[in-house]
Amino acid sequence: MERVLFYALSGISVLAALWMITRRSPLSSALSLVVTFLGLAALYAMLDAQLLFVVQIWVYAGAVMVLVLFVIMLLNLREEESRMAAASWGRFALCGILALGLAWKAFGVLAGVRGIAPPVSSEFGGVASVAEILFTRYLVQFQLVGLLLLAVVVGVVVLAKRAR
Amino acid sequence: MEATWLWLIPIAPLVTSVLCGAIALATRNAEAPPRRLVGWLACLGPGLSFALSLLAWTELRGLMPVGRMLSQTAYRWIDSGVLQLDVGFVVDPLSSLMLLFVTGVGTLIHIYSTGYMHAERGFARYFAYLNLFMFSMLILVLADSLPLLFVGWEGVGLCSYLLIGYWFEDPAKAAAGKKAFVVNRIGDFGVLIAMFLVLWTLQGVGSASLSFADLRRHTEAFTPALATAVCLLLFLGATGKSAQIPLYVWLPDAMAGPTPVSALIHAATMVTAGVYLVARMHFLFALSPVASTIVAVVGAATALLAATIAVAQNDFKKVLAYSTVSQLGYMFVGVGVGAYGAGIFHVFTHAFFKACLFLGSGAVIHALHDEQDIRRMGGLRHKMPLTFWTFVIATLALAGIPPLAGFFSKDHILWEALSKPNVVAPWLPPVLWVVLVAAALCTAFYMWRLVALVFLGSFRGDAHTYEHAHEAPPSMAMPLVLLATGSVLVGLLGVPHLLGGSNRLESWLHPSFTLAQDTHLESPPHEGEESGGSAAETEASVGHEPVSAHATSAALPESAAMAVALAAGLLGLGLGHQLYVRRPQAASALAMRLPAVRRLLAGKYFIDELYAAAIVRPLRLFSDRVLWRIVDMRLIDGSVRLLGWLTWALSVAFRFAQSGYVQTYVLVVVLGVFALLWRVL
Amino acid sequence: MVGLHEYLVVSGLLFLIGAVGVLTRTNGLILFMSLELMLNAVNLTFVALARYTGSLDGHVFVFLVTAVAAAEAAVGLAIFVSLFRLHRSVNVDQMNAMGE
Repeated sequence: MERVLFYALSGISVLAALWMITRRSPLSSALSLVVTFLGLAALYAMLDAQLLFVVQIWVYAGAVMVLVLFVIMLLNLREEESRMAAASWGRFALCGILALGLAWKAFGVLAGVRGIAPPVSSEFGGVASVAEILFTRYLVQFQLVGLLLLAVVVGVVVLAKRAR
Repeated sequence: MEATWLWLIPIAPLVTSVLCGAIALATRNAEAPPRRLVGWLACLGPGLSFALSLLAWTELRGLMPVGRMLSQTAYRWIDSGVLQLDVGFVVDPLSSLMLLFVTGVGTLIHIYSTGYMHAERGFARYFAYLNLFMFSMLILVLADSLPLLFVGWEGVGLCSYLLIGYWFEDPAKAAAGKKAFVVNRIGDFGVLIAMFLVLWTLQGVGSASLSFADLRRHTEAFTPALATAVCLLLFLGATGKSAQIPLYVWLPDAMAGPTPVSALIHAATMVTAGVYLVARMHFLFALSPVASTIVAVVGAATALLAATIAVAQNDFKKVLAYSTVSQLGYMFVGVGVGAYGAGIFHVFTHAFFKACLFLGSGAVIHALHDEQDIRRMGGLRHKMPLTFWTFVIATLALAGIPPLAGFFSKDHILWEALSKPNVVAPWLPPVLWVVLVAAALCTAFYMWRLVALVFLGSFRGDAHTYEHAHEAPPSMAMPLVLLATGSVLVGLLGVPHLLGGSNRLESWLHPSFTLAQDTHLESPPHEGEESGGSAAETEASVGHEPVSAHATSAALPESAAMAVALAAGLLGLGLGHQLYVRRPQAASALAMRLPAVRRLLAGKYFIDELYAAAIVRPLRLFSDRVLWRIVDMRLIDGSVRLLGWLTWALSVAFRFAQSGYVQTYVLVVVLGVFALLWRVL
Repeated sequence: MVGLHEYLVVSGLLFLIGAVGVLTRTNGLILFMSLELMLNAVNLTFVALARYTGSLDGHVFVFLVTAVAAAEAAVGLAIFVSLFRLHRSVNVDQMNAMGE
């Protein structure tokens, strides 16, 4: 049962990803990416990562992709002229070869990795557990990210201003 | 014996040279240089050296003949593993003699120059160079090792160039200076290679310092072949410096320099350096009969060649130049047959009368306002009597008329050449003798021709010049008188036993020419005069050695030879007088009957032209076509430009990495990561 | 049960797809989205490994990556907007001013 679910979700994610990189219209790409994110969120849920499951949907699917869609709409980006006009076949072939080669190697290694999930408590991946680690062991990093977000906000405001 | 003041002998003229040079630089824009100051300063240097040389000589006389040597080691010069060489000076009988006449005649010529160069703007510069020359020559003579001698050797070559090209604004004169330097350089190359060979040979023996004392101790390290090679290379240097075949061609051209320069450098001192070198290295030449024979043969050939050329020359100084070349040939015959004392004796006497001749020519040229063509002279004996008489005395000395100096020295060489057997070519001695006698005949002939054309008869130039001709001023006349006196007297130092003398010069020089080991390799210097190199011999007792039986039998051929040589000299003088005084038309008639001979002789056997065509021109072509066009422009410049082009090409290749396209950058990163992962996985 | 390697395979696939997208697409926004896909693939790896080693450190890392990715998204899109104003397009092939 679990395996079926896993294969379904991963299949959806991967297919949506493929769909994303091959569409002419940016809008189609964006929407398929949303599907990918949702699929991934589900996979997180399967992995007992409850907080992350939610965060994924909120942040990625809900905020980042909305921003992207917003920009697409704002700039009124149209479909590209020709199929894969945006991509050169040469580069595609090269990347394809590289990707296949790397995949070959990587999967060869991965074949030796066999793991079974150890039993974890029901609190694993819950808000309380993650929060506990986040605010104690990784407090500094957390604060730094906060600073980063502040800088980003300032930067974005500056960048997006129209030049007078 | 240690003498720590020896270094002062060469240093005195060096100091005055620097001072004169400084004055020359300081006054180069002034109207007239400070003549009195420079003149006194310039004569002071060599004068001091002469006084010190006299001191050295008297000290030397006080020593026993065996260890008769003053030496000083100044400081360590080269300290590098195999070669440990000190700068050191040595005064032994040979160098004491050289010192005396180099500094003596040198000082006289300096005094003469103050008069001769009076009108020159570059007065101070002249004396700076001349003093520098004295310094170099003294280093050469005093050196106790081959490299130090070579330093002086090169120094005199440099000063010769500077002084020949003294009037450098005239391109012909500058070219003469250059020619002298280049030809000398070829000889110097020989000396250098010889030094390297010696060092290479001696390093196996342990110590290598290239000092003469060291070399004498280790002569057994030299195989005959090696000794021959070294000697021939050294002789190559000597042919360059002392103007023998094949490198004599610079000396006639060197007459472009001021006449006192010709007198000092190209008659009395520098050109004798080659003979001195051979004499210093006598122990090595003794090991190689082949080399010694070659030296003698070349000397004799040069003597005759130059004498025949001098017969047909019309430039006053060129006649004297070829005469010098010829007389140097005699000296080399002397040292070539092993009669080192005889050769050096001739060096000594020649210095006096040749310098006197040159200075006399200078007086004439100066009086006639730089006229040098003897066809436009004549009848000057009345206008310049002192010059005339000193010139005649020196001429007779050169021609070998007794009791003047040239007779004894020349005759000694002739006798040694004839009587010493030659192991390499047993037929050689009589041939050498005949050649030298022929040269003596020519010598007397062309010298009397010179006297006749210049001083006798009537003046053939323009009257205006004749009007203004005057006798030499005292600064120039005094050296003439002194040198003429020397030409008369110094011969008496070497009167041979045959004529009742004791040949004091020979016995004085003898300690310098003994070998380190037993002296059976060297035949006694003169039959019956003294036993070879035995110790505890004082100078006074030499003449009273018991004369062995074969001395009397040797006396007959010797006196016969002497008579023949004298006859040749007198014959030459007579012929010259006949053709140029009594029947002047006969000379030109003779010349017209043999036009080819006249052209050959006047054209100096076209040797210069031969060299120019066979050596100079191909070298120039090679330098231009190959060395410049190909090596310099293509190879060297090309490789530099190649570097530049490579940089450009590489930059073109790498430029894609800066395309500005983000995806290109990402691609590169990905490729890198890919490579990394491939290795890791 | 689903093994760890299966999650890693998926993650790797997603990463590669994202990489190909970054390298080949010339539309800036799609390039950007491919970049986000790569980040998400890495997130999946972390979560899977966190689960299979039983430590929550992986989750924290994912949290932080998500935060940074969001920030980066904001800034990047702002840049794209500015660029669009300049070039009237988001085609990255036209943006090589950094090369000179």
